[in-house]
Order: sequence, then structure tokens, then C-alpha cells
Amino acid sequence: MTYKSAAAYVVGGLVALGMLASASAPMAEGYENMVGDKKSGYHYSTPATQSIQDDDFNNPSFLWVDQGEQLWSKVDGKAGKSCATCHDAAAKSMKGVGATYPKIDAKSGKLINIEQRINSCRKNNMQAKPWKWESNQLLGMTAFVKLQSRGMPVNVSIDGAAKPYYEKGKNFYNQRRGMLDMSCSGCHVENAGKMVRADLLSNGFSNGFPTYRLKWQKLGSLHRRFRGCNKNIRAQPYKAGSDEYTALELFVTHRSNGLKVESPSVRR
Amino acid sequence: MANKIKIRVRVPKTAKKGQLIEIKTLISHNMESGQRKNKKGGKHPRKIVNKFVCKYNGKEVFVSDWHPAISANPYLAFFIRAEESGKLEFSWTDDDGSVYTKTASIQVN
Ligand code: HEC
Ligand code: HEC
Repeated sequence: MTYKSAAAYVVGGLVALGMLASASAPMAEGYENMVGDKKSGYHYSTPATQSIQDDDFNNPSFLWVDQGEQLWSKVDGKAGKSCATCHDAAAKSMKGVGATYPKIDAKSGKLINIEQRINSCRKNNMQAKPWKWESNQLLGMTAFVKLQSRGMPVNVSIDGAAKPYYEKGKNFYNQRRGMLDMSCSGCHVENAGKMVRADLLSNGFSNGFPTYRLKWQKLGSLHRRFRGCNKNIRAQPYKAGSDEYTALELFVTHRSNGLKVESPSVRR
Repeated sequence: MANKIKIRVRVPKTAKKGQLIEIKTLISHNMESGQRKNKKGGKHPRKIVNKFVCKYNGKEVFVSDWHPAISANPYLAFFIRAEESGKLEFSWTDDDGSVYTKTASIQVN
């Protein structure tokens, strides 16, 4: 059954409801996300997976985005504030922000990613409890904030205080590890475009995160993906939110510079 | 998003009489198939949405029974014929008896 001829369908399920086959569902338009020899993971997805991302209504990530949008103006914490109290309309205040993280936090001088930025606002500016990593709240807010940069080029800086983190991330990326003795680059640089078991290897860019993975059946963070890629080569994964993964995120995201932010994307 | 069910539906605001219109729906649900093993060697009990119904001004116009192997957060799209202005009611029935509902209105000219 193709999307073109389907009158009714349940995505991802094995059920095809073909009883009303009188009109056709239009195939959503795909789009290009390439710069130079960089190609977004989108281009390695099957047309069926791409079509889920192409239409925001089909994209289940938006269940989380809706939640993030609601949380944006919800008062929480001892200071009696919401994100909107200080940042007003996200469409304006958060435009482009997600494309520049991880970034050096001016106050602490440390590298932080967008999740950590959000939680630092909760803790310091709202006196609210930070959201747990991979919680629906943190995923929803991250997706909502990054959505405000969708279509804009990824643009992280590795200058100044960010440089040592970049070097650390680069070492991590190129270091062989795990029982299979493989590095990230061994798959995503040297073998991109080839099959590894049943998967077509992409360049492993980060421009679509958080991403709705059909395998996870939910939205997930980039650090969750890192953990998965570490486990697949039987290496001990680091904690999501760890300094190791945040430095790795800087390296991976700098590699993705120039590609359009696709968040929240859909991947297999 | 196990704790709080979220629903999205997309219905055209207006349509011409006799026109075929596409309805899109999405519900957040884990759709636990009953096949997945838990750590103790048993199985996670099945808990899925087993029925979807769409009523158009009180009349059932689309019904479907769902079974395990439908993905989490199921998306369903289907076509109906616009006949008259009024209300569309959508309902999803859970194995535990809960019914999740959403309504939308349409104007037919
Ligand atoms: C009391 C005011 C206040 C509240 C409430 C607040 N923030 Fe902030 N936020 C700031 C300030 C001030 C900055 C600038 C950096 C700093 O010094 O902390 C900032 C920076 C940010 C940034 C980074 C902007 C950039 O350009 O890099 C993000 C993202 C952000 N906040 C998200 C949120 C979210 C999401 C919430 C709600 C969960 C929130 N903030 C609540 C005051 C606030
Ligand atoms: C054994 C091969 C292998 C290794 C080693 C590996 N990955 Fe992956 N990775 C995959 C596969 C397969 C996928 C899913 C298909 C794809 O996008 O390549 C993937 C996906 C990704 C994605 C998501 C890309 C997208 O567009 O959504 C990122 C990011 C990623 N990997 C980063 C890493 C990092 C960082 C490392 C090192 C810690 C790493 N990978 C190591 C196989 C590998």
C-alpha cells in the first residue's frame, strides 16, 4: 500500500484500512537539506518515514511540542514565574536560539546544551525543580524551543572558551571503544551511505534533535541517541547530560553547521 | 506520554456539500501490545486502544477495531463525505474501559 493510494492508514501499525478508497491522500512534499557534501539524516530515511516528518500533523513529535508550548506560559516554582514572564512570545525570543547550542554559559563559564540551559532557567530564574533528563516536560520544551529555529542553519561556535570542549568532543568521536572497537567516525564518516546490518548509515548529524524515533515510539534527546550508538558497539554509555556527551554534542553539532534545523525530526 | 492522553484532530473548517474531506487524527498512547517481556520474565499486560469511532451529527460514519501491533501514538486518516454543517465526534476506547474523546465542527455550504 502506498501513501498515494491509501484512503486510510495507521502509521507504523500493521493495519491498513482500505475501505474508503475513493480519493487519494496527497504525498507531502519533501525538501532538501544539504550543504556542500553534508546531507541531513533526512535524506537517508525512506520516503515513508520522510512523509511523516513532512507534515507537522503526522509528526507525533508535535504531541510533545504542544506540551512544551503549554508549559511555556505555566507558572511554576517559588519565584511565581513562567518562561513567558521573562521571555514573552517564544516565536520572537527563541528564534534562532536553538541553532547556537551547545554554547558557553556566561555565568558559569561552562559549556551547556539547550536542555541544560532550560533547566538552569528553571532552577535559577524560577526556583523550580529542574526537569529530569528524557522527561516529557524537558523533551517537550526542548522541541518547542528548537522548533523556533526550524529552517535556520545550525551555527555553533567553537571559539574561545568552547575550544577545549570541542577538542574533547573530537577525541571522543575519533576514539575506538567498546567490544567492537569502533569509533563514531568509523561508522558516520568512513562508512556513511553503506548498510550496517539493516540500517543505512548517515553522517550522524544532530540537526533534527530531539527526534521522534519509530523504534523508540517517542521523542528522544541527542544524548539518548549517543547512548544507543555507544551500546550498539558494546561500549559503556555515559550518562545523558554528562560533560562527555555535552562536549561530544558540540563536536557533532559543529559538524552539522550549515544544515537546516529540522527539529523535531522523524527517524527510524 | 502514558500519564496524560493527548489528542490532535484536523478537520477542514468548511467544505462544499458532497465533497470528500480528509480527517486526520493522532492520539498519544503507549499501545502496549501484551507481547513485550518484563524484567521478571513475565509480560507487560496488554493495554491498547481497541476501537475508534467517528460520529457525524450523532451518526457513526467511520468505525475501526484496533489490535496489537499498531504502533504507539497511532495516527489515523480517513475520508468522509461532507453532507451538512454540524459536529464531528471522535472517540478512542481503551482496554481499561476509558474513552478518550474530542469534537470538531464543520460548516458545509
Ligand atoms: C526570571 C526570568 C526568567 C525566567 C522565568 C526564565 N528565563 Fe530563560 N533566561 C533568562 C535570562 C536573564 C537569560 C539570559 C542568560 C542568563 O543570564 O541566565 C535566559 C536565557 C534563556 C535561554 C537562552 C537564550 C540564548 O539566547 O541563549 C533559553 C533557551 C531560556 N532562557 C529558556 C527558558 C525557558 C524554557 C524558561 C521556562 C522553563 C525560562 N527560560 C524561564 C531569564 C528567565
Ligand atoms: C556501528 C556503527 C555506529 C557507530 C560506531 C556509531 N553509530 Fe551513530 N548511528 C548508527 C546507525 C545505524 C544510526 C541510524 C542511521 C543513521 O542515521 O546513520 C545512527 C544514528 C546516529 C545519529 C542520528 C542521526 C540522525 O540524523 O538522526 C547520531 C547523531 C549519531 N548516530 C551519532 C553517533 C555518535 C556521536 C557516535 C559515537 C559515540 C556514533 N553515532 C557511533 C550507527 C553507528
